[in-house]
Amino acid sequence: MGALVLSMMTGVDRPDRAASEHAQLLARVAATKDRAAFAALFDHFAPRVKSFMMRKGATAEQAEDLVQETMIAVWSKAALYVAERGSVSTWIFTIARNLRIDRLRRERANQFTDLDDYDAPSDDPGQDEALRRVQEDSAVAQALAKIPPEQRELLMLSYVEDLPQSEIAARLQIPLGTVKSRMRLAYRRLKKLLETLS
Amino acid sequence: MKITHHLDDATLVAYAAGTLGEAHSVVVAAHAALCPTCREAIRAAERVGGFLLEEQDPSAVSDTCRAATLASLDGVARTAPRRTVVAGDVPLPLATLLGEGGLAAVKWKSKAPGIAKADIMLSPGSRTHLQLLRIAPGKALPDHGHGGEELTLVLKGSYADHTGRYGAGDVADLDEDIEHAPKVDSDVECICLVATEAPTRFKSIWARLAQPFVGI
Repeated sequence: MGALVLSMMTGVDRPDRAASEHAQLLARVAATKDRAAFAALFDHFAPRVKSFMMRKGATAEQAEDLVQETMIAVWSKAALYVAERGSVSTWIFTIARNLRIDRLRRERANQFTDLDDYDAPSDDPGQDEALRRVQEDSAVAQALAKIPPEQRELLMLSYVEDLPQSEIAARLQIPLGTVKSRMRLAYRRLKKLLETLS
Repeated sequence: MKITHHLDDATLVAYAAGTLGEAHSVVVAAHAALCPTCREAIRAAERVGGFLLEEQDPSAVSDTCRAATLASLDGVARTAPRRTVVAGDVPLPLATLLGEGGLAAVKWKSKAPGIAKADIMLSPGSRTHLQLLRIAPGKALPDHGHGGEELTLVLKGSYADHTGRYGAGDVADLDEDIEHAPKVDSDVECICLVATEAPTRFKSIWARLAQPFVGI
């Protein structure tokens, strides 16, 4: 976690250009089924999705299965990506998350719902809004660096270690109510920071 | 549909992180299908996940995995957008679980006069429980607490308790220490989707309903 926090502090300016490039690559996949663009996205995201899955307890083999499923979904859903809703990394995070949950459930009928099914892109998102969202990762980095460490720890345990809030309470030996109130504080603080930073 | 009761921030963070139980995730998704405010709030929480994914130290992916992925692209159909929020009379995430016929085809089990329930099948290993409750106008559930995380979405009609009035689309995301005695105050029956942590959660309520002199 130390390295992560450090990279949050120092990596602030770096991700923006990469994030815009990812959005452009994805647009090329959507528009012309550009395989080179897809390969570039694969080479960036597949190793990260693999690490993320292994952090959550998958074996290397299971993690690569999920990498493959996730990246194939990136290919098939490329045209559904809407920049005004978030960065490519956030979009791929949700795809990987949903596929992992579906796999854990092993029940096709109970597929995790894709929120993107519900919102049509706005008629005129505005270039600024789209660009802002595409580049949001550095804003999230700054915001995460600004919230108290005990709130950041809860977010790591949730998003990275995959612990339900009841298990976070057990691990940290604090009441569930405290976990929830810290989680609310962390979320509200982040949301406010994101609104002012980006 | 005017929605006045939304998801707790702690719940939408758990949903975004992917740690919420299956039953609760269905209720969150069903509410989010109806509520643009909560959809946007969930997206804000998902941004944290996107950032953390981006920040992972890369693990080398095998050439086999890369080659297999690239080789399979030609056979992959493009996913068409689904723009239906509501299928028949229920939000899409619930409709897929109920199957054809929607609410009209639900097989209700009567628990007491004017009160019926129906269990919804989840994955075999699910540790959470999802059920529909159907309560007639004027009826109430006995005063009860919440042993664990309980999440309720009103699908039809409305009810009130000391925490407020809940109409179609509203979600009751109550702290576990809250006790309440919800009473249906709509002219029509009230149908709710309820996620609980254990299947036994409602047993004490049903037991009390079965006693003849319970004041409902």
